Amino acid sequence: MSHAVIADKRPSALRGARLPKWSSWAIAVGSVAIAVAIGLGAGLDSRIQWGLIAAILFILGTYGIAARVEGRRQAKDRIATSLVWVAFLLAVVPLVSLIWATVQRGVKVLDVYFLTHSMGVVADSEPGGGIYHAILGSLEQVGLATVIAAPIGVLTAIYLVEYGRGNLARSVTFFVDVMTGIPSIVAGLFILSLMLMFDMQPFGFAGSLALAILMMPVVVRSTEEMLKLVPNELREASLALGVPKWRTIMKVVLPTSIGGITTGIMLSVARIAGETAPVLLLVFGNPFINANPFEGAQASLPLYIYQQYANSAGSTAAYDRAWAASLTLIAFVMILNLVARGIARWKAPKTGR
Amino acid sequence: MAKRIDVSGLTAYYGSHKAIEDISMTVEPRSVTAFIGPSGCGKSTFLRTLNRMHEVTPGGRVEGKVLLDDEDLYGTGIDPVAVRRTVGMVFQRPNPFPTMSIFDNVAAGLRLNGSYKKSELNDVVEKSLKGANLWNEVKDRLNKPGSGLSGGQQQRLCIARAIAVEPDVLLMDEPCSALDPISTLAIEDLIGELKERFTIVIVTHNMQQAARVSDRTAFFNLSAVGQPGKLIEIDDTERIFSNPSVQATEDYISGRFG
Amino acid sequence: MDISTQNTQAPPPTTQPPVAEQKRAARGATRPGDRIFLGLSRGSGIFLLVIMAAIAVFLAYRASLAISKDEGNFLTAFEWNTNLNPPVFGIAVLAFGTVVSSIVAMAIAVPIAVAIALFLTHYAPRKLSGPIAYVIDLLAAVPSIVYGLWGALILVPNMNGLFGWLNEYLGWTGIFSWEGGAPRSMLTVGILLAIMILPIITNVSREVFRQVPQMHEEAALALGATRWEVIRMAVLPFGRSGVISASMLGLGRALGETMAVATVLSPTFDIQASLLDPGGGTFAQNIASKFGEATEFGRDALIASGLVLFVITLLVNGAARAIIARRKEYSGANA
Repeated sequence: MSHAVIADKRPSALRGARLPKWSSWAIAVGSVAIAVAIGLGAGLDSRIQWGLIAAILFILGTYGIAARVEGRRQAKDRIATSLVWVAFLLAVVPLVSLIWATVQRGVKVLDVYFLTHSMGVVADSEPGGGIYHAILGSLEQVGLATVIAAPIGVLTAIYLVEYGRGNLARSVTFFVDVMTGIPSIVAGLFILSLMLMFDMQPFGFAGSLALAILMMPVVVRSTEEMLKLVPNELREASLALGVPKWRTIMKVVLPTSIGGITTGIMLSVARIAGETAPVLLLVFGNPFINANPFEGAQASLPLYIYQQYANSAGSTAAYDRAWAASLTLIAFVMILNLVARGIARWKAPKTGR
Repeated sequence: MAKRIDVSGLTAYYGSHKAIEDISMTVEPRSVTAFIGPSGCGKSTFLRTLNRMHEVTPGGRVEGKVLLDDEDLYGTGIDPVAVRRTVGMVFQRPNPFPTMSIFDNVAAGLRLNGSYKKSELNDVVEKSLKGANLWNEVKDRLNKPGSGLSGGQQQRLCIARAIAVEPDVLLMDEPCSALDPISTLAIEDLIGELKERFTIVIVTHNMQQAARVSDRTAFFNLSAVGQPGKLIEIDDTERIFSNPSVQATEDYISGRFG
Repeated sequence: MDISTQNTQAPPPTTQPPVAEQKRAARGATRPGDRIFLGLSRGSGIFLLVIMAAIAVFLAYRASLAISKDEGNFLTAFEWNTNLNPPVFGIAVLAFGTVVSSIVAMAIAVPIAVAIALFLTHYAPRKLSGPIAYVIDLLAAVPSIVYGLWGALILVPNMNGLFGWLNEYLGWTGIFSWEGGAPRSMLTVGILLAIMILPIITNVSREVFRQVPQMHEEAALALGATRWEVIRMAVLPFGRSGVISASMLGLGRALGETMAVATVLSPTFDIQASLLDPGGGTFAQNIASKFGEATEFGRDALIASGLVLFVITLLVNGAARAIIARRKEYSGANA
C-alpha cells in the first residue's frame, strides 16, 4: 500500500527541464563581470579578492539558477561540478604564478658569467657574482650521498623482495616506511649530534650523510616496486637451469628491472638536490669555491638561495640571484625528472613480448 | 507499470568503431526477451543502449530511436538520469555497494529520489527483498554489509536494489554467468516471477537458459571480427529453438558454430 | 564433526616438519656466492635499522644533555634563552605554531586536493587529465626552498588585501583580527604549506579514486544517480581511508617543513590568538633560524626540540601506514 504512495512521488516523465549547455559559461562570465565591477567599485586592490568573489558568485549563481530550473538534485550535481572546477582553478593560480615568477625573474641575471663565477669577492647586497661554487658543492654533496645511498637502498630492496621473510624483513619494511617520513631537518640534527660528539666543524660530506639518510628509504621503496614487477616465471626458469640464486638475481632479475631502478634513483636524487635544511646545519655555506667536500664549509644551490634571500637585507641584486639560482635548481630537478621518466618508458619491463 | 520498448534503426559506436548496426525490434511488456549470440556480437552493447548506459563508456555514442511507450529515450530534453531510473539494470558480476549494509543497498535508489519516512523505507525494502526471494535469508542481518553474502545472494540483492525503485523495465546482462548452478536456478525462478510486473530483457550466453526463461528470443551475429553486430532475427522462443527462419540461427543453436 | 576434529588436530604435526625441512634444505644449499650476496643484502637491511636506532639514541642523548640543565619547564616554558645562565627554554610556542600551521594547511589542502583528484578522475576531459596529472607530479618535485622564496617575495605582498578583508568581516572572532603588520603570519604559512602538500595529497587520492571498481559506479548510475550521487555513493566511501592516509602523509610533510616557514614567517616567541598577526614559530623553523648563532649548548637544546618533532612525525606517519594496512586487508577480504 505504502509503496504505491512512494511510486507516485517520482517524476512521471523522462524529460526534465534542462539548462542549455552554454549556461555554465554564461554564469561564469557573469560572475567574473560582477566581481570586477565590485572590485573596481569598492576599490579592492588585491586580485585574490576579485578571484574569490567571482568564485563565490559562480557557485551560488549556478546553484540558484539550477535549483529553480532543474530541481534540487540536479542543482546539487551542478554545484559539485562547479566546486570541483573552482578548486582546480584555485590550485592552478599559485602554481602557475610560482613557475612564471621563477622563470621571469630568474632569467634576468642567469648567464654564463653567473654559472661560472662564485660570490668570493662580491658583497651580498651588491650585483655580480654567481653560483659556480654552489653548483660544485651541490654536485659533490648529492653525488656522494647517491654513492652511499643507492647501493644500500638497492641491496635492501633485493633483501626484502628476494630473501625477506620473517621478523627482520617485516621490521625493515616498517622502518623504511617510518624513515620516509623523517623531516629533513631531523636527519640534519642527527648528523649534527654526531659532529658535536667528535667536535667537528661543518664540511660537505656531513651534508651528504644526512642527504643519504633521506634518500635511502626512497630508493628502497621504488626498487622494491620494480623488483616485484619481475615475473616469478623468469626467476624459476633460471633456477630450474641450476643457476645459483645470486647469479639469477644479478643476471636475470636486475637486468630486467634496471630501467625502473635507475628511474627511482634519479627521482630520489632530484628530491634530495633541493633539500636545504640539513645542508644549512651541516655544510654551513661558503661564498668561496671549496672543491673539497671532506674539509671546510661548502656552498650548495638550495642553501645559496636561502642565504641570498635571508642575509641580504632586501637587496634587489641578491633577490635576482636567488631567483636565478632557483631557476637553475628547478631546471636541474625537472631535467632529472623528465630523463628519469623517459628511461622508465624506454626501459619498461619487457614482459608483453 | 511495465512498458513496451520499440527500437528502430539503432547504431552504436565506441569512438570510431561501430559496435552494432541498424537494429530494430519490439520488446513486449510483461514478458522476458532473451538476447543470444556469439561473443562480441554486441548484445551487451545493445542492452546498454536501452537505458543510456552505453554513453557512460568513453567514446560511446548512439544513433537511432528507442521508444519507451512512445517516448524516445534519445529525444531532445530527455534526462539520462531519469531514463536509468525508469529502466533498471542488473550486471554480470554482483555489485552491491561494499560499504553499505544490506538494507542501505536496497534503499539506495529510493534515497536518491527524495526523503522517505523510516517506515516507508522498511516496507519497500522488505517488499523488494521478498520480491527477490532473499528476505528469508537476510531478514535477521539487514544491517550487515552486503559484501558478506554469497555470490548468488549478492546477485539477488542487486535485483532487489533494482526493483526497489519500481522501474518499468529490468535489463539483465548475463546475470548468472558468475554464479553456481543452484544460485542460477534461484535467479531463473525469480525472473519467472518478476515478469508478472516488469518488462525483462536478459542477455545470456547459455542457450538452455534462454530456452527456459524467455518468451521471445533475439539472435545477434556479426559477419566477421571487427564488423558491427547485427540482429539476425527475433521470434517466439519456441520457434527460434525448434524452427528458426534463418539458417545462421539454426547453425548457432545446434552448436555448429559460435 | 569427524572431519572438523581431524582438521583441527591432525595436520599440524604432519605438515610442519616438511616445511621446516624444505627451508633448511633451501638454506643449506647456499654456495659461497649466495652466502656473500645474502649477507650483503641482509646487512644493508640491518644497517637501515641501525641508522633508525642511532637517530633515536643520539638525538635523545644530546637532548637529555640540554634538558637536564633547563631551568624552565621544557614542555611549557614560553621562552627560548639558551645563552642565559642558567638557560631557560621550552617548546610550548613551537608545538602550538607547528600544530596551528599544519591544521590551517590541512584545512585548505585536503578539500581542494580531493576536489582536484575527483576533477582528474571524473570530470576533466580525458585528453586533459593525463597531462594535468603529469604536471602535478612535476610540481611535487619543486624544491621547498623555491616555494619558500616564492612565498616570501610573491605570496606575502599579495596577502594584504585578503587580510584586510578577513579582519573587516571576521575580525570579531579574534582568530582573524589583524593589527596591520606585514602578513608574515601563521595563515600565510598555512596557505603556503597547503600549496606545497597539495600535489602529494592529490596524487595519492587520484590513485585511490581510480581504483574504484567500474561496476560500483555503474551500479549507482543504473539506479538513476547523477554524477555527484555516483561519487557520493560509490567513489567517496570506497576512497575514504585512502584519502585519510594521503592526508596524513601530507600532514607529515607540513609538520616537518623548514625552509618555506623560515622564509615566510616573522617569528616571535609567544602565542598569538590571531592567525593574521605575525609571530609564533614552528619546530623546524626555529631550528633553522636559531642555529646560526647557537652555542654548543644551544645546539643541544635545538636537538631536543627536533626530537619532539621526530616523535610527532613518527606518530603521524605510523597512523597513516596503519590506515593503509587496514585498507589492504579490507579490500583483500572483499576481492
